[in-house]
Amino acid sequence: MSVKIYIPRDSAALSVGAYDVAEEIKAQGGNDVEIIATGSRGMLWLEPLVEVETDAGRVAYGPVQPEDVKSLFDAGFLNGGDHKLSHGLTEVIPYFAKQDRLTFARVGVIDRLSLADYEVHGGLKGLKKALSMPPESIVEEVLESGLRGRGGAGFPTGIKWKTAHAQTSEQKYICANADEGDSGTFADRMLMEGDPFSLIEGMIIGGRAIGAETGYVYIRSEYPHAIRVMRRAVKAMEDAGWLGQNIGGSDTHFDLHIRVGAGAYICGEESSMLESIEGKRGQVKVKPPIPAISGLFNKPTIVNNVLTLATVPFILSEGAKTYADYGQGRSRGTQPFQLAGDVAQGGLIEMAFGVTIDEIVNEFGGGTRSGRPVKAVQIGGPLGGYLTPGQFETSLGYESLAEAGGMIGHGGIVVYNDTTSMMKMARYAMEFCELESCGKCTPCRIGSVRGKETLDKIAAGEDVAANLDVLEDLCDLMEEASLCAMGGLTPMPVRTAMKAFPEEFTGPLEKAAE
Amino acid sequence: MVTLLNTVEDKFAREACRAHGDQADELLEILHDVQHEKGHLSDSALRTIAQALNISRAEIHGVVSFYHDYKREPGAKLTLHICRAEACKAVGADTLITEAETLLDVKLDEGGAEVALAAAYCLGNCALGPAIMVNDKLYGRVDRAKINAITAKHMAQIS
Ligand SMILES: Cc1cc2nc3c(=O)[nH]c(=O)nc-3n(C[C@H](O)[C@H](O)[C@H](O)COP(=O)(O)O)c2cc1C
Ligand code: SF4
Ligand code: FES
Repeated sequence: MSVKIYIPRDSAALSVGAYDVAEEIKAQGGNDVEIIATGSRGMLWLEPLVEVETDAGRVAYGPVQPEDVKSLFDAGFLNGGDHKLSHGLTEVIPYFAKQDRLTFARVGVIDRLSLADYEVHGGLKGLKKALSMPPESIVEEVLESGLRGRGGAGFPTGIKWKTAHAQTSEQKYICANADEGDSGTFADRMLMEGDPFSLIEGMIIGGRAIGAETGYVYIRSEYPHAIRVMRRAVKAMEDAGWLGQNIGGSDTHFDLHIRVGAGAYICGEESSMLESIEGKRGQVKVKPPIPAISGLFNKPTIVNNVLTLATVPFILSEGAKTYADYGQGRSRGTQPFQLAGDVAQGGLIEMAFGVTIDEIVNEFGGGTRSGRPVKAVQIGGPLGGYLTPGQFETSLGYESLAEAGGMIGHGGIVVYNDTTSMMKMARYAMEFCELESCGKCTPCRIGSVRGKETLDKIAAGEDVAANLDVLEDLCDLMEEASLCAMGGLTPMPVRTAMKAFPEEFTGPLEKAAE
Repeated sequence: MVTLLNTVEDKFAREACRAHGDQADELLEILHDVQHEKGHLSDSALRTIAQALNISRAEIHGVVSFYHDYKREPGAKLTLHICRAEACKAVGADTLITEAETLLDVKLDEGGAEVALAAAYCLGNCALGPAIMVNDKLYGRVDRAKINAITAKHMAQIS
């Protein structure tokens, strides 16, 4: 009997050598080992993380490099033997054990492309249940779970589905938003690479709920590996009869297509994404009509984030109440947080809403990688606000974060050390808006350019007080008069940086750094 | 001569359209296919696609110019996509970009005959930054030495 060894084929793990490690273990282990390709457990600082199956459970070794492999064999790692890279049983590593893994329950655990493995670990249970339910009841279940959109806006998923369900159109669509353009985020990617079937399962359930028989997954082109895995997963589901006509012998039909973006941040905005799926420029459209009434090809369309959809199977299989038991206030369930930047233990941390910033950054993250003090964190992607250590007792929930002047967005948390120039970060926010604006409205298209120039003047010490006023006015204008959150939220990182570090916005950079 | 060239069909582009059922909504996929094969989108390719999908050339130019991925000119033999977004900045991406510019003797986003350096805005490897991507392959915890090694490895694969 060969020993099962689990090695991630997640692109983050591959980016630091997981493939070469797998090859080396295969070469040295021969018939004694069977390598299983999983997603990543999300403890990214330990990647490549190699897990060996033992009677007591999986034993973790990491970060492993090809040159460590010989000593691992010498230490008897096939029996879970001790080694300087050993972390003991994976599931009791505190970073992992403390999490509430619902959406990511299978990621890093199963062979990501084995439907059999998927089913053994609870996959398809939600879909089978949904196939026996009338569509209204599926919508009701999602509504009761309190699930809100994980793409950024936090809109209640059940309400969106109810609207689409109520439309009488023959043709409807469901689209998964896998554009994941927010810097500092990678949960959609990890989910698609580690448990692609759960996204597909969620989409079929959504299709049945609203009466859509066609779905699209729109994946950003920066994710070539995720695209490959998703394509293989769709093929596997088709071959097994879980996509196509009469799914699982039911009256539900569902076809799924993969579409690839072309490098435009704005295509994560839902109306822009739908234009892009139609093969057009990704320009934002004026609402109303909302997509649930008139979306793709002018038909009722549900757009949901990957994480939102991949959570639906759990809600169906375990019940809305089980899901809603996690969380705080109107933020129900769990959020896969993504911890990145200058942090010692970066990775994916799925926790019930209500966990504090301090717990994520200092307990899970272990402070900075560089060893320098934390200056600020940016939460919620490039349009999210900066928060300082004085605010770290804030709990992470939609409402609590809004109160603190930030937003949860897609759940990304980026840590910055004390050497960071907040002036430069504010300028970068304006520059990014300039670069990625779809060009439809002036406050965003021109305002971002003016914002960048004004910050440059302030940095150079030119008429500082007057230019700070100009910047404030500009931010007001962008917030009030932009058509979408690109222009509307760019002021958030700028203003939170200025508010927390006013001394950095008073003149030449050299002086401010003193 | 010019008029004659104008009517020449780009065989690969024509096939790419056919493979996508000549469907106008698959335009982005078709453009990806052609660029993947040819390295850029030539005039004749765009003309062929416009004809096959029955859309105007103005429309197709509108789409091509909107998206950062599409290139109208042949690029360098090798392009390093280097992330300059927030999480990578937090671990020194800006310094790394300056170092890479010196090392490769190119400027960010200004092309190059052999090797080019292009800015990327998050590659989804934010916990293991600085991140770069070369020919669809992602690298993490990249430093100066790694840029050297990665460039050499990929250049060796080309020649
Ligand atoms: C500029 C901008 C970028 C966005 N990018 C994304 C994205 O990358 N992924 C995503 O799921 N939603 C993104 N959104 C939010 C979508 O418009 C939409 O609200 C979301 O996909 C709906 O799904 P949800 O309700 O499941 O969150 C973006 C919005 C804006 C304004
Ligand atoms: S705010 Fe910016 S991105 Fe949004 S519609 Fe206006 S121009 Fe386009
Ligand atoms: S911010 Fe650089 S990879 Fe995400």
